[in-house]
Parts: sequence; C-alpha cells; structure tokens
Amino acid sequence: MTVPAFELRDVEYRYQGVIALAGLSLVIPQGKRVVLLGANGSGKSTLLRLLDALYFPAAGQVLAFGEALDARRMANEDACFAFRRRVGFVFQNPDMQLFNASVFDELAFGPLQLHWPAERIRQQVETTLESMGLAHLRNRAPHRLSGGEKKRVALASVLILDPEVLLLDEPTASLDPESESQLIDTLIDWGGGAKTIVMATHDLDIVEDVADICVVMQQGRVIAQGTPGEILGDEELLGRTGLIHAHRHRHSHSGGAAHRHHHLHHGTRSTMPGATSKLVWRPLPRRKPEDA
Amino acid sequence: MSEQSFLDHSHQRGFLECQIGSLLAALEHASRAERLAQAPGLLQRFDPRVRLIAMLVLIGLVVSTHSLTTLYGLLAAAALMAFVSRVPLTILARGIWLNVLLFTGALALPAIFLVPGDSVFHVPLLGWAMTMQGLESAAFLVGRALTAATFAGLTILATPWPHLLKALRTLGVPAVMVVILCMTYRYIFLLLQSALDMFEARRSRQVGRLTGAEKRHMLVANAGVLLSKSLHLADEVYLAMQSRGYRGEQHALLEFRMAPLDWTALAVLLAITSVAFRFQAWGLG
Repeated sequence: MTVPAFELRDVEYRYQGVIALAGLSLVIPQGKRVVLLGANGSGKSTLLRLLDALYFPAAGQVLAFGEALDARRMANEDACFAFRRRVGFVFQNPDMQLFNASVFDELAFGPLQLHWPAERIRQQVETTLESMGLAHLRNRAPHRLSGGEKKRVALASVLILDPEVLLLDEPTASLDPESESQLIDTLIDWGGGAKTIVMATHDLDIVEDVADICVVMQQGRVIAQGTPGEILGDEELLGRTGLIHAHRHRHSHSGGAAHRHHHLHHGTRSTMPGATSKLVWRPLPRRKPEDA
Repeated sequence: MSEQSFLDHSHQRGFLECQIGSLLAALEHASRAERLAQAPGLLQRFDPRVRLIAMLVLIGLVVSTHSLTTLYGLLAAAALMAFVSRVPLTILARGIWLNVLLFTGALALPAIFLVPGDSVFHVPLLGWAMTMQGLESAAFLVGRALTAATFAGLTILATPWPHLLKALRTLGVPAVMVVILCMTYRYIFLLLQSALDMFEARRSRQVGRLTGAEKRHMLVANAGVLLSKSLHLADEVYLAMQSRGYRGEQHALLEFRMAPLDWTALAVLLAITSVAFRFQAWGLG
C-alpha cells in the first residue's frame, strides 16, 4: 500500500493563543487532488503552512511521506532539501512570493537554493517559461505584471522544481475569468494528472474541475470529507459552513419574479451535473420608494 | 486628462494631492526609466557588466584628466552616446545637468574670484577681479561633475536595475548585498502603491481642509501602518523564501553572456582611455 503524502494526527496550532487548528486529523493520499473548503478563518491556510513545514504544530503529529515532519527534521540540510524538492507551495498573495527583481530570477531562485548546476538552471528556467507561456515576461519586474501574470509566475516558480506535491492557497482569488481558466487548465494538465495537489479555496465553481476529494473545514477542524459530488450535493453542509449564501435575484426563465435561495454558482462556470449552459447574471432593478 | 496631469495643473493642490502627486511622480519616473532601459539603443545592446565597467573607467578618466579639451570632449561623447541610445537629452538636461550645474555652480562661483591669477574681467561697482585661473578651476569642477554624472546617469537609465545590480557581482560586491538591493528595488514599488492607495482612500472620504496638526497626525498614522505592513510583508516573504529551499545562504545566477560586440566595446574603451592618457602625458590635451 502506498504511503500517504501527508497524515495529520490530532494537530493543534495557535496564533498567539488563538486556536487556528483544533485537533485536526486528515490523510492526504499520493496522486490525489484534494480541495480544502471552508470559510475565511476556518484554518485552511494554516493547514497548508503546516504541510509545507513552515509552521510546526503545538500538539499532534504531521507525517510527510511516512516520516515525521518536525523542526528537527527540517534543521537537517539534506532532509530539508529533499522535502523542498518534493513539496511546492503557491502562496495566496503572489506579491509575497515574487520577491526577486525579474521573472527570470524568480524562477531561478528555487533551483539555486537547491544547488542545481548553473547551466541546468538556465535551461530549466527557459523551458518552464516557454511551457507556461511566460517567455515574453522573462526580464519583466514583478511589479509590472498583471494579477493573472503574477499568479502564473508564482506557479511557475514552484513548478520549475517539478515537485510531487503542490500546495495552493486560494489560487483563483482575485483573478479574472480568463486568468482563472488558464490557471485551472495548467493545474489539470500538470504532471499528467498523476501528482498530488492540495488546494485551499472557497470558490466552489472550480471544485469539480480540479478535485478528487473535498475536505470541508470549520473552526480548525475537518467536519466533512467526500467526493465533489457528495460535498457539493449537501446544501445544508455548505450553508452551515458559510460556503454558499442565499440572496435575492431574478431568473430570466421565471417570469422576472425575484426570489431568495442558495446558490452554488458565483461566476460563469456551471457546477450542476449535466448543466451545459453558462449562468448569466442580471442585476436586480433598483427598488423604487413606492415599492417598499 | 490623466490623474498625474490633473494633479500637476491643479491650482489649489491640497496636502493629500501633494502626497499623491509625489507618489505618482515617483512611480512614473521609475516606469519611464524602465522603458528607456528596454529601448533598442546602442548602449542597451551591451552586456550590463561592460556598461558598468565602462562607466567606472570613464568616470576615472574624467576625474583624473588635466585637460579641459578631453573633459568636454568626453561630455560631448556622453551626449552623443545618449542620443544613439535613445535617451532623450531633455531627460539628461532636466534630471542631471540642471541639478549638477546648480550645485557645483554654487561651489565653483567663489573660485572664479578667489583663485589668484591673470585678471580678465572686473565686476562693476564691486570691483572683484575674475581670473583666468579661477575660470579654469571652475570649468574643471563643473565639467568633471557634469561629465561624471552624465556617464553614471546614462548607464543607470540604459540598464534595467536588476541587471545593473547583478552586474555589481562582477566587481566583487557580495551576493548578500546584491540580493538585498534587488529585494529593496522589488518591494519599494509595492510599498509606494500601498501608500498611494492609503492616500487615495483618505482623499475619497475627506471633506474640507485639514489643519496642520491633522496633517501631521495623518502622516504619522500612515507611516505607522506602512511600517506594520512592511513588517508583515517581511515575515511572509521570509516564509515564501523558506518554502523554496532558502536556508540563509545567498546565491545569485548571472545570466549575462559576453558577445563579440561586448568585447569590441571593451577594446574601444581601452583604446580611448590609452589615447586620452597618452595625450595627457604628452601635454597635448
């Protein structure tokens, strides 16, 4: 039986006394795409940072590829490099991650730290820039990139190491639909779909496209786990965890009557099984005082 | 009309408008410098290391020459180099020459009268004598400052900052210094943008004029918020570096490659320097 990519046992983590993860247990199998769902503050980002050995738990245990992932292991240079080579992390805010002065330097940073030979780094940077459609941005400074370009460069700066596991924190946050679509396509194609992806998001529109397993988190705990169909089909669960909301709006097919109900859809993607058409939003007309 | 031009032409610029105007001007200046550095000019074709070495050699020549002909010849060469490198002379004039002339002119002015020598002119009423030797000293001072600043400015304008900083490694500057300078260059724009957003958010909610005390209070509060943001940013950036294998050692990759054009440029530079020194040795300059 294959060793899981990650296993967490009763993990606790606190930020200055405030509990972020409270006795969390979870197994992330190798080769699966896992989406962490949860409202803001549910502990998704903290969990990802624990999986990337940037934070270490106050209690409980994290295992990576069957071995304990703790400060002592990461203090060893060889073990640390081996882990960094296998696990890549794309931060939510690309400005945090793009700290070099040019796109070329950004991609070269990881391989340089892992002591790759210079010629191999140059070759790999060029190949990655080409394959990610970023070659024209080679010498561009990160502050001159658009939001979508920054995300792609951040992703490329991690994918250049060809990790076995990719951790992503809200990869589609604040992206326009086209950039979001490009990013999702890249993730789906990456590694022929055989690599492990752990992605934190509260964007339900992308879940069916990218996930094999959905994990729902609330207040630092895993409260549900299942296939995308099982989780997205449980409206009560999604409503309870703040992943969907009820709002008033008007459907073009319902004769123009405004009504209130939960929605899984927040953009132009459709997640309803069998749905073929895209959702088209029409704003509600402003209410006149006499209607009140 | 762009926001910048609106701010420039506003007759009643308030405190917030001044701050926003300054930040926009800084961003615009950086943006213009980047465009120039990417322009298809002659200087931009050379390896950044060659540009940096050439600048230092030429500045050395400017400082050591005892010939006004050589000095002003080099200034003319710098202006010509700016022209063929698509760096507008107006940028050099406004950004470098005017400032240097004002500063060194103020320093050189007394020398015209104080250096003893052959009198060439007497100031009416005051009777101060302007001497040939004084004029020569002033011409050397102004010429050296002007030419050296032009070479330095031209190199900076025609070279992307990241390349220039990396080229410093050729001169033996430690990698840690280069990495710190590169990161400073990277994040100064993010903080500028944050400051701009904060001032604009404040302006959108402000009604009426601010008193002096309110302006000071706001500036201090904004500085505090920016400092807090930069500390948070530093923590997050450090985590992002760790995540990609950083363990406290600095590494930098030089992706520059010397082409035949670069070797030719170095040879020409060597020839010019030798001829200039030879002329000086023969007392022909």
